[in-house]
Amino acid sequence: MDAPVPALLPRTRRFGDRIGDGLLHALTAAAAALAVLIVVSIAWKVFEGARPALEKFGLGFLVHQGWNPVTNDYAALDFIFGTALTSFGAVLLAAPISIGIGLYLSELAPRGIRGVIGSLVEMLAAIPSVVLGLWGILVLGPFVAQHLGPFLADHFGWIPIFAGDPTQNGSGQLTAILVLTIMIVPITSSICRELFLSVPDDLEQGAIALGATRWEMVRDVVLQYTKGGVVAAIVLGLGRAIGEAIAVTQVIGGQTGIHTSVFATGDTLASRIAAQYQGAASDLQVAAIVYLAAILLVISLVTNFGAQLVVKRFEFQRVGGD
Amino acid sequence: MAAPSLTATGRARRRKLANRAAEAFSTLAALAAVAVLALVVGSVLLKGIHALSWEFLTATPVTFGETGGGIAQAIVGSALLIVMAAAMAIPVGVLVAIYVTEFAPSAIDRSVRLALDVLNGVPSIVIGIFVFTLLIVGHHQSALAGSVALAVIMLPLVARSTQEVLKLVPGHLREASFALGASRWRTVLGVVLPTAVGGIATGATLAVARAAGETAPLLFTTSVAPTTVSTDVREAVASIPLTIFQYAEAPDPALNEQAWAAAFVLISFVLVLSLGSRAALARSRRKLGDPR
Repeated sequence: MDAPVPALLPRTRRFGDRIGDGLLHALTAAAAALAVLIVVSIAWKVFEGARPALEKFGLGFLVHQGWNPVTNDYAALDFIFGTALTSFGAVLLAAPISIGIGLYLSELAPRGIRGVIGSLVEMLAAIPSVVLGLWGILVLGPFVAQHLGPFLADHFGWIPIFAGDPTQNGSGQLTAILVLTIMIVPITSSICRELFLSVPDDLEQGAIALGATRWEMVRDVVLQYTKGGVVAAIVLGLGRAIGEAIAVTQVIGGQTGIHTSVFATGDTLASRIAAQYQGAASDLQVAAIVYLAAILLVISLVTNFGAQLVVKRFEFQRVGGD
Repeated sequence: MAAPSLTATGRARRRKLANRAAEAFSTLAALAAVAVLALVVGSVLLKGIHALSWEFLTATPVTFGETGGGIAQAIVGSALLIVMAAAMAIPVGVLVAIYVTEFAPSAIDRSVRLALDVLNGVPSIVIGIFVFTLLIVGHHQSALAGSVALAVIMLPLVARSTQEVLKLVPGHLREASFALGASRWRTVLGVVLPTAVGGIATGATLAVARAAGETAPLLFTTSVAPTTVSTDVREAVASIPLTIFQYAEAPDPALNEQAWAAAFVLISFVLVLSLGSRAALARSRRKLGDPR
């Protein structure tokens, strides 16, 4: 059977297809360019908005104290200290708890309740920060002032961070630390769980077969295998704690000055920005607020890149080790 | 000769105790997280249910000293903000994801992903300040500016979740479509997107749930709002998160109670959306053959 063979194949690519490919490509590329543009313009606009304050105070802004709209004199050291104290405090509490939860969900929990508890922990992450802050002022704050504060002052008062009067009021750096801990535990613990689940079973079973207890297996195999990722998860949690504005503003009390006692009120970079939303007295104050945001932006970039670097090194090690 | 004792002593005993202690700590940590969730949600339910009424949902605030009143203006305002933000962020986010998975050369692909990661890591208060310097300085606050800020928060979430779903679409579906002579854009619109649409929708819903609870981006963009119901996008509108923020610090206990009720409304909305979409996401992942 002879089919007639055309000398030239007919043109099957229709006009619509030729245009459509280019159009979709251009459209999606434009969207991607927009995403990159947003990131660039965040850095640009924030530094531009901070410029009057940058010119007036220079980098001295970072190492001086005080925030005075009357004399138009602003500086960030108080808030940098408050940010460091509250976020490191929160990470110190959250890191062991998150690792514990990650281990419970990956190694210990019976199959039936594993998923349930995992979703409950994730639900904690879905609670809006303003609701957590509301709970922080009206429920947690009074509890801290009446019970937790006095307990810590009685038993650990010799440590400088627990010095001072714990009963003044419920707002303060301790309440802020606790609220931040609650916010970052779900994030770090779900990353930890994923990491721990990624440890090959034969390594774990090998350790058990050699006579290790479950804890020794976790310490020497699971944590060794995942330590880079765990550090990255904690750094991500730290970044989240540093950047949280709303819940901290609600519970920290909003005060300038460097207060080493966790019972004292204070302020962080993010919470100082948030507390100024009702308006600024002068253009310089607006610029100073934006300057605080610029500091926060730089810190958040550093922590995010730091975490990614750790993850990269960790992946490299793992590939190299196999 | 006495029978050898089977209870562990010395070193073995210490090892066993350390193991017990570690297991107990780990279990307690998990229980503590669940207990905190129960405490927070329980407080909101118990204290919020008192002030919750039909009037609370449909009336606007009363003047100081009167009792009653509601948060209708905040509910309408929040709905307006979220719908506008979703209308901006979801299409752009999906397009970015399509570009990254279907078109981009690997070098550009990496830098777009990096940009999304960076954007995701920027604190929401800084995004609020960014939109403030971009749109508010020299002008006045508006619902439009607030929704732009929310959209910037949502964009990396939508783009990333869409990307993950698109990656799960099996390569042989694309190849089959190409083999049938379909062009790339027809393949993307006719095969890839329909396969992934469930996962994309649930990812977008999660982003909406996240944006609905955000307060920080709204502080500098749409916080000085009237107490009447308004849908004018050129003017500032009230919102549920900001209402909670303001009422929580009010000295009036009646307003504190309203803050709890507003938190009840917000938390129900957010938890229903995020739990529902998480379940749907798990299902669509399984359908696409992802073992997770």
